[in-house]
Amino acid sequence: MRAKLENTLKKIIPRGRSIVIAIPFAWMILFFLIPFAFVLKISFAELQLAIPPFTALTKLIEESLHIKLNLGNYLFLLQDPLYINAYISSVKFAFVSTMLCLLIGYPMAYAISKSSPNIRNILLMLIVLPSWTEFLIRIYAWIGILKNNGILNNFLLWLGVIDEPLVILNTNIAVYIGIVYGYLPFMILPLYTNLTKHDDTLLEAAYDLGCPPWKSFLTITLPLSFAGIVAGCMLVFIPAVGEFVIPELLGGSETLMIGKVLWQEFFNNRDWPVASAVAIIMLIILAVPLAIFHHFQAKETL
Amino acid sequence: MRRKLSHRLILFLSIGYAFLYLPIIILIVYSFNESRLVTVWAGFSTKWYGELLKDQGILDAVWMSLRIAFLTAWVATFLGAIAGQVMARFGRFRFHSGFASTITAPLVMPEVITGLSLLLLFVSMETMIGWPEGRGMLTIWISHVTFATAFVAVIVSSRLREMDISIEEAAMDLGAHPFKVFFVITIPIIMPALISGWLLSFTLSMDSLVITSFVAGPASTTLPMKVFSSVRMGVSPKINAVATFIVLFATVIVVTSSVMTIRQDKKKQREIQAAMKENLGK
Repeated sequence: MRAKLENTLKKIIPRGRSIVIAIPFAWMILFFLIPFAFVLKISFAELQLAIPPFTALTKLIEESLHIKLNLGNYLFLLQDPLYINAYISSVKFAFVSTMLCLLIGYPMAYAISKSSPNIRNILLMLIVLPSWTEFLIRIYAWIGILKNNGILNNFLLWLGVIDEPLVILNTNIAVYIGIVYGYLPFMILPLYTNLTKHDDTLLEAAYDLGCPPWKSFLTITLPLSFAGIVAGCMLVFIPAVGEFVIPELLGGSETLMIGKVLWQEFFNNRDWPVASAVAIIMLIILAVPLAIFHHFQAKETL
Repeated sequence: MRRKLSHRLILFLSIGYAFLYLPIIILIVYSFNESRLVTVWAGFSTKWYGELLKDQGILDAVWMSLRIAFLTAWVATFLGAIAGQVMARFGRFRFHSGFASTITAPLVMPEVITGLSLLLLFVSMETMIGWPEGRGMLTIWISHVTFATAFVAVIVSSRLREMDISIEEAAMDLGAHPFKVFFVITIPIIMPALISGWLLSFTLSMDSLVITSFVAGPASTTLPMKVFSSVRMGVSPKINAVATFIVLFATVIVVTSSVMTIRQDKKKQREIQAAMKENLGK
């Protein structure tokens, strides 16, 4: 009888282990997962001039609960080419920038992983440092460089390479430069972590058997670093799709990015329901990249 | 067989670092420019730093940011340490993959989405239960803790995965309570990760612009918000002066935390070698 009671008690009172899991989990569920439910809910609401500026979905009419889902926001987004173009061009910006980051970041990560241990720590620290420096400030730095009368143009004019200043600031080129600059450390760090784990004996064996270095790189190093490549690409691509600061500061009127559209809907038009619908569609677009990111994250965990 | 780096790789690395650092260096150099124009050099001057110290708006924003960052760092380190421990050491439990995904998702989630969703949560909670009342430091702090926890969890769990689990297992086998093992063995092992996690949370909180803009009330302006509103007006040497402080701050923090981690690793290696020698001697 007593043993049975103890057993039931044990089942009811969570063990220490469960409590430990529950503490951070509860925080993240409350402040990260549940908020998405509110975004979804408000994306079905209508704009109204009130505080908060949206209508309630549920209404009690004659003691029965009425739920009114308004699909208008989504129809509005799908009918206006501005929004569709903004989604397409954000994905394009993010994709091209991710590929550029990979092209620049891979050789850098590779070189760092191959350098001698003492220098390696310093080189790594120099990669980490920009990622700890305020993003806004690092993007701001490019305004002074890319302006018409900025440092780059002055330098090129002085060299005599160009006769007239190049227009770079407030164009799409400036946005690409900004994204690659801003996110490069996030590409290099996972690649470096992956590349340092490789077993050098594989390369030695290949070398001893007469395999040329470029071939052993293509057949051994590159395939082994696949997980690092995917992790780095997702760390750049996903946040870049929703980037706001870079198109705002470096982009021009031709630059169309969905993060900026969302910001304007929210802060300038104060249309919370449309901003929510914009966010939900962005999440749907990012679902696959997010799943890939978590898949590789989980692989590393186990 | 560690062959030396080829010249091509060294050249590439140099260009890469130049790309990363030239803009920051130019930014700092022009903060000492006499002229109001950021791009024309008119002689050395520290007058923009003087102007900065007279700007009450910026000083208030710095104070606000520092307070929030300090409060964020402690709670994010606490939550992140637990979450990292769970991710690295708890093996499989029922919601294991859900747990890891939920904890790490804020790392990549576009900030406009996180910011909007948190704001809508706060607004809805206020209508439903009357808390949190309005928006300000409290809501900013909650938002910062949420994304900073993700970073700390990743730092702690990757540190734990590098570490040998056998010491913890040995202590458990000898009958130590899991909590005792955590405090006596795990915490000292992950101390460098906890310190870098604390510092990173602090920095992330100081730097957050987009999420903070969504959840901040009219009375609470943080430093990045202040900088952003002046940057929108155009470049100004005063912002360069602020930027110089921010870069200096980040440098001190990153160097401190790197040196600490490297030192502890070296110490650990020496201890392992000493222990091995002792064993061989017997």
